[in-house]
Amino acid sequence: MALSFLHRDRTVAPPGYSRWLIPPAALCVHLCIGQAYAFSVFNLPMTKLIGITQSAPDDWKLTELGWIFSLAIFFLGASAALLGRWVEEGGPRQAMFTAALCWAGGFFLAAIGVYLHSLWIIYLGYGVVGGFGLGIGYISPVSTLIRWFPDRPGMATGMAIMGFGGGAFIASPLSVWLIGKFSTPTHEGVAETFIVMGAIYFCFMMVGAAIVRVPPPDWVPEGYVAPAEPKRLVTTQNVFVYQALRTPQFWLIWWVLCLNVTAGIGVLGQASAMSQEMFKGQITAVAASGLVGLFSLFNMGGRFVWSSTSDYIGRKNTYFVFFALGTVLYAIIPHSGAVGSVSLFVLCYAVIFSMYGGGFATVPAYLRDMFGTRYVGAIHGLLLTAWSMAGIFGPVLVNYIREYNVTHGVAAAQAYNATMYVMAGLLIVGFICNALIKPVHERHHLTDAEAASARGSMTPAGE
Amino acid sequence: MIMPTNGEAAMGNNGLKLILAWGFVGVPLVWGVAQTLLNAIKAFH
Repeated sequence: MALSFLHRDRTVAPPGYSRWLIPPAALCVHLCIGQAYAFSVFNLPMTKLIGITQSAPDDWKLTELGWIFSLAIFFLGASAALLGRWVEEGGPRQAMFTAALCWAGGFFLAAIGVYLHSLWIIYLGYGVVGGFGLGIGYISPVSTLIRWFPDRPGMATGMAIMGFGGGAFIASPLSVWLIGKFSTPTHEGVAETFIVMGAIYFCFMMVGAAIVRVPPPDWVPEGYVAPAEPKRLVTTQNVFVYQALRTPQFWLIWWVLCLNVTAGIGVLGQASAMSQEMFKGQITAVAASGLVGLFSLFNMGGRFVWSSTSDYIGRKNTYFVFFALGTVLYAIIPHSGAVGSVSLFVLCYAVIFSMYGGGFATVPAYLRDMFGTRYVGAIHGLLLTAWSMAGIFGPVLVNYIREYNVTHGVAAAQAYNATMYVMAGLLIVGFICNALIKPVHERHHLTDAEAASARGSMTPAGE
Repeated sequence: MIMPTNGEAAMGNNGLKLILAWGFVGVPLVWGVAQTLLNAIKAFH
């Protein structure tokens, strides 16, 4: 078959292949799909496609455009959950190729939507098709990285997931530059920018698909010796993907991720407004945008630093740090506003955002520790529904608490205080969930016969 | 003339591939991070 080169069997690494080629392969995908975080740069130009200098009555509203990103994130979670098993079975090259097709296809459809001025086509293109590209692309390299780096799984997956945080840094200036190049006094160059970006991303992701390899069966890194005494919270067994759903550990980690993301994502979108309102006269709108960029760097850096740290201190301890330190920092933020300390505010926020990113990057290795390497990619896909849920809860929580305070006469500068305490409370719940995580009971492990059967297939014997 | 062994040739080949692969992803990422930092610095000034 023409596309057989995509299959897992055709991607087994030859002797002498360096495992350090896998992180750049993963980054090729994650740097591209990370563009999603920078989609907001299109919002303003897309509200002036007809009016050009200002919005015309038939131009789209910001509230309508906001759904594009929300749909993409929803379908990220949905596709990762639905297709995780297919991604694991087919191997990373097939998944990366499909993700590239969906992601680039989403941009091309969105360009048609702009050209025809049909928002529904953009919803379908970037939101649904692109969202599938996001979900498949996000989980595509995870289990491959974990298999290549059994000695440092946190660092390996952290590198890829750092790329998702870093993609916006490339996409944002690139998009602005391209729109400027294609725009004329009578035309906004959004459709052309979508086409060029779709083409660039397709090529970039295909390079990743070409480089990626899976390790030969039973491969271990040179000089690597598995610990003689397995750690209590690191299993040497495997749990089947759907069996994982029947364990309390899966749902506890689901809540751990959901609560960590809810707290972070809730204030992420409000960081600019919050800093200006809490420090009126000290932080201008321009300075606030600079701050948001700075926080995004911490979000990206935290993905690598915290996940790498988790290889040494353990996954459970890493999340204990996130929840304990996060609780203290969220509780300090209102104090920083009260005493007018911008530097304390920035420091608290920088650490909070590093831990927000770190939560995403550390969770694949946590799943590997609990459920083994065999189905970790598919289980990770199912877990990403926690992200979709947090993406709804977090911003809603922050906006509604602030609105409630303002309508009840609380000054704008103090309107976020209650939000911060609620976030601190959520992190305490997360701390408890993390504390309850124990090793998976052996009745959930694959038997030797099932494990042998599962080597060539995703379905264990008897399923 | 000393001929490289298969292992040495593979290592040399890998070295070039690693530079190309990491450069391919690293250069745009560093560019993007630098742009963000510059904007942040400009904003504070």
